[in-house]
Amino acid sequence: MSELLNNILFLPEAASTFAERIDTLHHFVVGTTMVMSTAVGMAALFFFFRYRRRLPAQATEYIVPTLKTEFLFVSVPLVFFLTWFGIGFRDFTWVTTPPKDSMDVYVMGKQWMWKFSYPEGPNGVNVLHVPANRPVRLLITSRDVLHSFYVPAFRIKMDALPGRYTQIWFEATKPGTYQVLCTEYCGLSHSKMLAEVVVLPQEEYENWIQEQRRGRLQDRQDALADNSLVPPVARMVEQGQVLAGTQGCLKCHSVDGSQHIGPTFLGMYDRVEQLEDGQTIRVDEAYITQSMMDPGAHLVAGYQNVMPTYQGKLQGPETAAIVEYIKSLRTPNVREGASEGPAYDAIQ
Amino acid sequence: MTPSSSIAAPGATPAPEEHHDHHPSYLVDGTTIKSWLLTVDHKRIGLMFLFWVLLFFLVGGIFALLIRVELLTPGPTIMDAMTYNRTFTLHGLVMIFLFMIPAIPAVFGNFMLPLMLGAKDVAFPRLNLLSLYIYLAGAVLALWGMLNGGLDTGWTFYTPYSAHTTTTVAPVLFGAFIIGFSSIVTGINFIVTTHTMRAPGITWFKMPLFVWAIYATSCIQVLATPVIGLLLVLVTVENLFGFGMFDPARGGDPVLFQHLFWFYSHPAVYIMVLPSFGVMSEIVATYSRKNIFGYRAVAYSSLGIAFVGFFAWGHHMFVSGQSTFAGGLFGVLTMLVGVFTAIKVFNWVGTVYKGAVEFKTPFAYFCGFLFFTVFGGMTGIALGTVSLDVAWHDTYFVVAHFHFIMVGATIMAFLAALHYWFPKMFGRTYHEGWGLVSAALIILGFNATFIPQFLLGNNGMPRRYYEYPERFQALNVASTAGATLLAFGFIIIAMYLTYALIYGKASGKNPWRSKGYEWLSESPPPTHNFVGPQPVFPEEPHFYVDPKKAEVPDAV
Repeated sequence: MSELLNNILFLPEAASTFAERIDTLHHFVVGTTMVMSTAVGMAALFFFFRYRRRLPAQATEYIVPTLKTEFLFVSVPLVFFLTWFGIGFRDFTWVTTPPKDSMDVYVMGKQWMWKFSYPEGPNGVNVLHVPANRPVRLLITSRDVLHSFYVPAFRIKMDALPGRYTQIWFEATKPGTYQVLCTEYCGLSHSKMLAEVVVLPQEEYENWIQEQRRGRLQDRQDALADNSLVPPVARMVEQGQVLAGTQGCLKCHSVDGSQHIGPTFLGMYDRVEQLEDGQTIRVDEAYITQSMMDPGAHLVAGYQNVMPTYQGKLQGPETAAIVEYIKSLRTPNVREGASEGPAYDAIQ
Repeated sequence: MTPSSSIAAPGATPAPEEHHDHHPSYLVDGTTIKSWLLTVDHKRIGLMFLFWVLLFFLVGGIFALLIRVELLTPGPTIMDAMTYNRTFTLHGLVMIFLFMIPAIPAVFGNFMLPLMLGAKDVAFPRLNLLSLYIYLAGAVLALWGMLNGGLDTGWTFYTPYSAHTTTTVAPVLFGAFIIGFSSIVTGINFIVTTHTMRAPGITWFKMPLFVWAIYATSCIQVLATPVIGLLLVLVTVENLFGFGMFDPARGGDPVLFQHLFWFYSHPAVYIMVLPSFGVMSEIVATYSRKNIFGYRAVAYSSLGIAFVGFFAWGHHMFVSGQSTFAGGLFGVLTMLVGVFTAIKVFNWVGTVYKGAVEFKTPFAYFCGFLFFTVFGGMTGIALGTVSLDVAWHDTYFVVAHFHFIMVGATIMAFLAALHYWFPKMFGRTYHEGWGLVSAALIILGFNATFIPQFLLGNNGMPRRYYEYPERFQALNVASTAGATLLAFGFIIIAMYLTYALIYGKASGKNPWRSKGYEWLSESPPPTHNFVGPQPVFPEEPHFYVDPKKAEVPDAV
């Protein structure tokens, strides 16, 4: 049934857990819409015919709706619209809050290609390899203008913004190759900014990653790779450690938990910090990035606003590498283990 | 047959023959070029707007066809990528700023509003003429920029791209900024006219629904247009001098641009469709000879759309990186717009109930309009459903949706208004047969153009694509075929209306036997709209009740 509907509606193959949710709601919305529009249309056509004019200056009755009628006009659409919205918002919350155990991949858009970096290496251009049946969180940024990362088969999309990380996650359900398109107009070759997601069974994915770590790039990967985009050190954590040193981060931030000019990096990721203005904030990728670019935006209580901005000094991949380095300095309060679903409960 | 006699007070509108020589129609009262270019008559200004608006519609339409031809094949067809990017930018800009926003308010609003209120002119006639020249100045500057160097940002000018592109951003943006002033001036003029120039008897709830719609539209224009004006200046400065407002490399915020842009551009959608709703309320009442079912509900829903329309802009930004909560809030508010529109649709259908339907050309457009509004509105609700928007955002589904509701509905209303008020404006009639044929052709062509685009969006084709993967081709070919049909429809209309303008039969004062207020004056009206003393309007507009059986309706 849903297969047939998908064909009528020209929907591409549904290859992620989110796609299945989307398609169910899509069928519900389209179905109800069609029934209601047809009903209104048929009523109108019936009236046009039944009440056609017989005399040139025919008089008519003065009819006004009762309060009950007007109430129906308002409440029936409202109930339907809010129902769709409710389901849609639940799913939206679900897709924007990744499970804790999801695998991270950094995605960077650039006129006109997509670059993917895995925290444990490797890097690649225009081909993203992911394992099937495992949540993958995409941390998306851009090096120049706006782009938008779109995989029709997964029904996911998220804008890539320069100087900021956005996130979305998916869990691919079927091994195969799926197209990635850019959906935010980004200049001359916008329509050529294509990439693909290769979903591999878990075992093959492990093999692939082992091969990559041995330094043997796949032929296709090799052909598509833009060497200028691949940083010299493949492991982001190591690269981040080097950068934290050369960029001067470690002059103010310790990595062993001792107090210094700035908060220590040890266990910083996922910590809940008390801010100067009394609020609290959970340290995530977005907060770390923001603190590098605009250090005074959310100042941790007890520290001076003395950090310089790194806006324009760090490139997208370098920012990502430092974030990964900070994440690697974990303490036991970062939970690891099997997934328990989304980090936040979806709204029921 | 003197339809006005039962409504206007005795002596309010003397028989036309008596005064004919002293009160020539506005068309012949002064025939020099100067008498047209420097006129302060709202009707002449309306006609001049009609001329320019139609010309820009032609320009935008030609570029639409070029886009469709380019998309016939997956690869390059007739132009290169840069030309294509400039073409869709020009199509969007011309159609939105030079055609759809002024189309109904500046042409039919200008012409009909004072007539419907029993006024001699708008409140500020000279300002009215100024708004025409501001519009033309902005149009010339913007078009000059687009043709000399060209702009490739799309009509949305998203930063940081618009701040970086080497194409001619400044003159085009500045042109659009100037056009905004025309919009504000017209809006203020209509608001003041509605408040102060209603003839005795026209209380707020006896105003024609077209006036309500234009009034609500004017409120949006006055409140929202300054925001985009400032924004366009900021982007121009950013582009020319590296201002850094929106560029993160200089500490700016690219998403801030989107918030400011959609704060205007979302309400702008209602600037385009609200007047259409008003036109349709007049037309459905006239051709089914019925009072509007739920007059107050229709009037209030115009204000409701205008109000809620200001709080729905964030639904353009569900995947822009704004917070999940903001997504939810903007999603709910979007649903309310849908409810207000649904009220109107139900009441229009209710108006036909127990009416006396005469199926003339404008009524054919009403049918098309009903379909486009319902279908376009429903797909809008689908897009407001946040999770579905994640899949559809910036695909052809969105393109098809806004062409249905914004363009489809507006064009239906524009053509309906043109046919409905043609005898009023020129005192001549057109060929009804050709009218119906071309209406059918246009409604068919429009569906054939944009229904495939909904499916393209489902299939995953992003908008603003010069080249596309091969699996999208069949639907693109179907869409282009539909566009061709649509173009034929417009050519036919242009031909028979031009013919009618010159050789058309005299229409008489009120060929539709309408009881809309604007038909109380002559067709075409004399320069000061009404001959003799101030007209009086004791009954509500579109009161078709048999006077012998008429019960005085309760004020509901």
